[in-house]
Amino acid sequence: MIRKRDRNQLAARIAQDIPDGSYVNLGIGMPKLVGNYISAEREICVHSENGVLGIGPAPLPGQEDFDLINASKDPVTLVPGGCFFHHADSFAMMRGGHIDIGVLGAFQVSVHGDLANWHTNAPDAVPAVGGAMDLALGAKKVYVMMDHFTKGGVCKIVHDCSYPITGLRCVSRIYTDLAVIDVAVDGLYVREIVENLSLEELQRISGVPMRLARET
Amino acid sequence: MINKIVDTIESAVAGIEDGGVIMISGFGSAGQPTELIDALIVQGARDLTIVNNNAGNGEAGIAALLKARRVRKMICSFPRQSDSYVFDALYRAGEIELEVVPQGNLAERIRAAGAGIGAFYTPTGYGTLLAAGKETRRIDGRDYMLDYPIHADFALIKAEAADRWGNLIYRKTARNFGPIMATAAKCCVAQVKRVVKLGDLDPESIVTPGLFVQRVVQIAPAVEAAIGAGSLV
Repeated sequence: MIRKRDRNQLAARIAQDIPDGSYVNLGIGMPKLVGNYISAEREICVHSENGVLGIGPAPLPGQEDFDLINASKDPVTLVPGGCFFHHADSFAMMRGGHIDIGVLGAFQVSVHGDLANWHTNAPDAVPAVGGAMDLALGAKKVYVMMDHFTKGGVCKIVHDCSYPITGLRCVSRIYTDLAVIDVAVDGLYVREIVENLSLEELQRISGVPMRLARET
Repeated sequence: MINKIVDTIESAVAGIEDGGVIMISGFGSAGQPTELIDALIVQGARDLTIVNNNAGNGEAGIAALLKARRVRKMICSFPRQSDSYVFDALYRAGEIELEVVPQGNLAERIRAAGAGIGAFYTPTGYGTLLAAGKETRRIDGRDYMLDYPIHADFALIKAEAADRWGNLIYRKTARNFGPIMATAAKCCVAQVKRVVKLGDLDPESIVTPGLFVQRVVQIAPAVEAAIGAGSLV
């Protein structure tokens, strides 16, 4: 039986790959969970687009300050050494290549690393992009955190994105409930597969070519 | 003598004309100048273009302005939220124009307006739907699109404290768009919790120099809380 990673296991897995000393931005939705698994021994500085570096744990009930929020508009806390800045500076950090790792959710990722995560093109959808395009383009590494399949069973790793693009060739690595996959210039390299799932089977159900990653 | 303090919220929003471009600070409700927006609703200007990160939450602030049908167009990065139903309904009914701008381009377009920049090349949005109709250019092997500043007639912003010169400090992430919007409008109006004596703000800590601010109005925290609770209209 295939042992899929649940969201929290996936968040913990991504947190393992964030080195001590990194500046990271955790996108809205699922990527927020990654913050729960960054252990205290590692000093990792969490950035949020709305003008804060050094986000700490969630506040205790009753201690919320609604002037201190993250990109999802949840109340957060500030760690010692944290600071505030205005929006143009915040996006200079993102677009200017100063953020080491951005973790983003996705509707689709292509085999070339194109990312689609902002708009479904559905006729009644209200388009909303937020800071996703800036982070996709600007972070030194973009890690995508997503389910391997849609609720309807369609693989979210695709030859070419059918949803509108957020950024071209910007994804470095894909973390799904089934696998950890690097995106290289010449295609996808599987670094890790969950228990009882073979590379051949993963490729078959995904419908896109993948190779096993070389040992690094 | 320089004194930018105005005594009433009515005088703070005086002169906003129909068809004007109004920047409103805030990220969700953090930093949103709710009392200035309420005063703008009373003031009555219509056919406005509103520049904000979002398109209103619940029924207060920008959502109330939208509900009062004063807004012709929203320029924002993230209109869709769990509680943006006022905007969503107007948009789906085709009763409001929407310009979606990636958040960093929105910030930079505002910054550029304040800094006297004519246009700038940004990588954000290149190759996407939001690049439609924009000039592009490859610089040092990277692709960019040309984007233009957003100038405003008024900026309505929220800060923590001011002095009579209009120097401002902010509070935590309520700072967000305030400092850049202050620079990009012909008239920047700041609502603040506290007005302090000239010289009492630490010059090393002033975020917005008073030069960028034309009017300051104090909203006493008690009044703010009462309005927040919906007991004052």
